[in-house]
Amino acid sequence: MERDDVIEYSLDAHHSEEEGKKIRKKIWFVTALLTIVTIVEVAMGAFAGRSISTGMTWQMIKWGYVVLTLVKAGYIVLVFMHLGDERKSLKWVILGPYIAFIIYLIFIALYEGTAVGEAWDTYGG
Amino acid sequence: MGGPASKQIDSKTLWGGKTSPFSTSYGKLMMWFFLVSDALTFGGLLISYGFTRHDYQGAWPIGEETFHALPMLEGNYPLIYVALMTFILIVSSVTMVLAVEAGHRMDKKGVIKWLALTIVGGFFFVGSQAWEWSHFIHGSKFGRIELADGSLASVHGEFGEIENFTITKPGGHYEIGNVITVGESNHKKGIIGKSESEMMHMYQHAAAEGHIHNDIITLHGGAEAKIAKKPNANMELIIKQTGSKYTKLQHKIHGKEAAAMYEEVVNSGVAGTVVYGANLERNEYGPSQYGQFFFFITGFHGFHVFSGVIINIIILMGVIGGVYHKRGHYEMVEKTGLYWHFVDLVWVFVFTFFYLV
Repeated sequence: MERDDVIEYSLDAHHSEEEGKKIRKKIWFVTALLTIVTIVEVAMGAFAGRSISTGMTWQMIKWGYVVLTLVKAGYIVLVFMHLGDERKSLKWVILGPYIAFIIYLIFIALYEGTAVGEAWDTYGG
Repeated sequence: MGGPASKQIDSKTLWGGKTSPFSTSYGKLMMWFFLVSDALTFGGLLISYGFTRHDYQGAWPIGEETFHALPMLEGNYPLIYVALMTFILIVSSVTMVLAVEAGHRMDKKGVIKWLALTIVGGFFFVGSQAWEWSHFIHGSKFGRIELADGSLASVHGEFGEIENFTITKPGGHYEIGNVITVGESNHKKGIIGKSESEMMHMYQHAAAEGHIHNDIITLHGGAEAKIAKKPNANMELIIKQTGSKYTKLQHKIHGKEAAAMYEEVVNSGVAGTVVYGANLERNEYGPSQYGQFFFFITGFHGFHVFSGVIINIIILMGVIGGVYHKRGHYEMVEKTGLYWHFVDLVWVFVFTFFYLV
């Protein structure tokens, strides 16, 4: 039975051969980018990792890692998972709560972890 | 990408009921909701890992010192193996997105090709992880040692080959004069042949149990044997937990001094001073929580990859059978694609926070 209350959104997702070419070009661009970022990360680890770098240098490398990771994650979510092409409402329903909650949890857990470590050093057996 | 989401619809129609304000189907939306909750699970795991790490401060293992081996090769290749695993997963993510793209063009052959390649990539990743686990569990040739002052040190260098064990006290099925060595057995000459890894296992097991003392190894059944072994070369000890004498983390001891210190510990005949590999109680790399988090986080992720491979196989069978072609769209491929990319996404974070930082 044909139902008129169900809208087949999936049928609208088709695209032509030409559009496909453009999309594939973008996919290969992201592939190259993700590969290069991974190579850079490994080179940083091998030549300036935590066993070699100390103090400010290591702090900068550490934050460099975090930034590169977020770049990779961004491209995977927005291009490979097409979230960048979805409606704004869907994008923020997914990203908004996650970002807010996770940043809060990271801050609390790491801060508390350091405090617990110091407490053990000071009072622990 | 020319989909429903990029269509111009005035907000009154969009939010006025009857249509989805997200312009997306029920199945895709539910996949996204599942992925958000799964992401929170992984987020929780990685954050609890971060908590423990900050708790331990400097005493936490360093990625490029812990993961530096390649299958079938000797030597030091920091992070190369995990980088390879990461690359395999990225490539399989690319083949997946190409399968989704082919589906949007109703190109059945294209979907089959790319989805099959994705499955191959998934198997490669799971296989790589199996090797990684096996290597992590078995550990290095030297293990980690506890020095006389109570400090812990990781050991690097070239392990001197074990030549043979000559029985000096009988016990079990060994008689005096028997020689245990690498190669074929020859009972007339009293030669007991073992493989190289069996010899290594006997040596490491005895060292961990404190059954090596003054170059005499005590075997199962109470037999004792004299060890003939080439000396270790290019030794380096790195202090990983401080003691009363070595009070600085990452302090390095080189050469003859390091070799002598290592020999002393292995030859002490005291149990528990050498730890090889990893289990859930202790590991040679760092605090016990390090091993636990390694097993749980990479294991939970590997389980996701494995489930993903299975789901991809099921969808591939549907594609080959023409189920989605008849339906008029390949959204099922898109949905399993979302899950597969998510698995790649999690690995990007595991890679950074477990191996790099």
